[in-house]
Amino acid sequence: MTAPQIEIQLIASAVAVSCALPGCFLILRRMAMMSDAISHSILVGIAVGFFLIRDLASPLLVLSAALTGVLTVSLVELLTRTKRVREDAAIGLIFPALFSIGVILISRYAGDVHLDVDAVLLGELAFAPFNRLVVLGVDIGPKGLYLMAGILLLNLLFILAFYKELKLATFDAGLAGALGFSPVAIHYGLMTIVSITAVGAFDAVGSVLVVALMIAPPATAYLITDRLSSLLAASSLIGVICAVSGYWVAHALDVSIAGSMASMTGVFFVATFLAAPDRGLVSIVLRRARQRVEFAQTMLLVHLYNHEGLPGVERENHMDHLGEHLRWEPDFAGRIVGAAERKGSISRDGALLLLTERGRETARQAMVM
Amino acid sequence: MGIPGFVQTLFADYTLRQVALGAAMLGIVNGVLGSFAVLRKQSLLGDGISHAALPGIALAFLLTGSKSSLTLLLGAAAAGWVGTLLIMSIVNHTRVKYDSALGLVLSVFFGFGLVLLTYIQKLPVATQAGLDKFLFGQAATLLRKDVATIAVLGGIVVAFLLVFWKEFKLVSFDPDFAFSLGYPVRALDVLLTTLLVIAIVIGLQTVGVVLMSAMVVAPAAAARQWTDRLGVMVAVSGIFGALAGVGGALVSSSASRIPTGPTIVLCASAVVLFSLLLAPNRGLAWGYFREQINRRQLQTEAVLGDLYILARQHREAGHGHPVEVLRTMAHGHGGVDRSLKVLQERGLVEETGPGEWALTPPGMEEAGRLSRQWRETP
Repeated sequence: MTAPQIEIQLIASAVAVSCALPGCFLILRRMAMMSDAISHSILVGIAVGFFLIRDLASPLLVLSAALTGVLTVSLVELLTRTKRVREDAAIGLIFPALFSIGVILISRYAGDVHLDVDAVLLGELAFAPFNRLVVLGVDIGPKGLYLMAGILLLNLLFILAFYKELKLATFDAGLAGALGFSPVAIHYGLMTIVSITAVGAFDAVGSVLVVALMIAPPATAYLITDRLSSLLAASSLIGVICAVSGYWVAHALDVSIAGSMASMTGVFFVATFLAAPDRGLVSIVLRRARQRVEFAQTMLLVHLYNHEGLPGVERENHMDHLGEHLRWEPDFAGRIVGAAERKGSISRDGALLLLTERGRETARQAMVM
Repeated sequence: MGIPGFVQTLFADYTLRQVALGAAMLGIVNGVLGSFAVLRKQSLLGDGISHAALPGIALAFLLTGSKSSLTLLLGAAAAGWVGTLLIMSIVNHTRVKYDSALGLVLSVFFGFGLVLLTYIQKLPVATQAGLDKFLFGQAATLLRKDVATIAVLGGIVVAFLLVFWKEFKLVSFDPDFAFSLGYPVRALDVLLTTLLVIAIVIGLQTVGVVLMSAMVVAPAAAARQWTDRLGVMVAVSGIFGALAGVGGALVSSSASRIPTGPTIVLCASAVVLFSLLLAPNRGLAWGYFREQINRRQLQTEAVLGDLYILARQHREAGHGHPVEVLRTMAHGHGGVDRSLKVLQERGLVEETGPGEWALTPPGMEEAGRLSRQWRETP
């Protein structure tokens, strides 16, 4: 690995973790699409800030873009409060309008400088190592890395400092309000963090892929954990894995790094969706099949128990009668009888099914319950 | 160029006419379908579909090597459709919520689309130029063929909508009732979503992947302000969509370096703003005025009532009361001077001295009537 490669992966990982942390709260608060809105509309802030400051590397640019993010959130709320449109429609109205203004400003007036829409939307991580931070004539690493590390630190501090408040406001906003934690303040604090992160990350991964890194790793972690603290940790870890693996895939195929990172988050989500313990699709299907067999066995035992020792038992407890009585296909009936026999619940006398003591006990238990 | 000149150019310039026609049609189709999306709380689904379409466009090009708009649109529609199904199945099978599923599919598909686009750019066949116009749209590249494709697909979508109008209306407003009547709710749901996918996809070349969702939401949200009837809303929304499409396409072709998609979206946003403020009944401006009028009337009546209270505490009729007293009694609600002026014009109060006011006999009567009315109102 060369030094630029290591730097790219470091920046990508810092972006991934910075995005995953606030992303956890977004998906829990059902505000995932707000990241989409913010990451698009910060373009206006970047454009306007650039026209005022004329320097793409200025921290003031980050500030003006972050302010636009918060402005987006308040505009959406303002529009929702008029009760003329629903919240989802309000989001869908506000951010395209702001983004359009940004695109037009940039393509009309900034065509010649290094600020084009594709770069903002798509990002180009591969160039990040070329932009060095030089202090007192000494090259101490790429600027992007310091920017993202700073944002990562800010996010960590915010979440550590307000962990309790965030948790409470997320899971029980009413209680948080009653206890005197202002849910509005928490909300805007979180939105500010999301905006700052989106601004910092747009340079590296582009605005749409900020959304991928904010939503996909937390959603993946959400499938495997029930605790907020482990959700934060797991989504950060998944984010880093996606970032690094995405980089190497992009390297191998010579394609967009950001796009490849986003694709990896999708791959990890689908893999988890299929294979997660307990909640994964595979384990759900397996569990359902197992439960079906277990339930059918219990039905069989109860049926045998009900007719045991009564007249007509030869007919009722006959293997061929199950299809008629329990509406089972012969195949299925054979499978269930076989399973029950292996379990030692029944024994066979020709085609007549007899309960063992253990089977009788199970049937009795099932009926009491 | 003034407006007459503009219109003249529109009819004279062949390209411009194509562009305007195409933009108008996709505006109509999206406005019409968008009405259902907005009413079904799926405003942001359009965003998901349009982003998800990007890898479909790239894959269609990779597999066929063709850049004909029909091939690319089919690829886009297939990918958009898969994305939508994926969102539904994530919501149905996991505890991930709708908004997260939408954002996830949107961004991951888009990212995959970028991977494919960058891959295509590095292919030795250098004919790929032009695929990136799908990001922000380029109305100027609309050919006669493209416009025909838009017209045919859009026509099919609208025809389906008209044929299943009753069913779609029912499913949109009361799916449970529709189910109890025996309608295949899920199939209708999928059909309506499929129509939305087609509507979005035909706009991608003109408006672009990133902003297409606004064409779904904005005309419908604007139309919603003007009416409470579905039929009217759909029609108005179609008209608004067409206006935004034509307006945006013309403005962007009239000057260099103005991308079409964002211009169309800003036109649509302007229509929304206008409707939100000025639509009859639901317009925010009217609400504000109504509130002001009510507030003023209440203030005026309160001043009249205060003077009545003062008058009953003084034997002699026509005893003047200083305006400062009235201000104090109004508890800082203001409008005392304005109220006095209004009452004076109506002949209910008179100025007995500088800054001193009293009720006239008709004012006394009116105030008495009001105070009885207040007492009776629970």
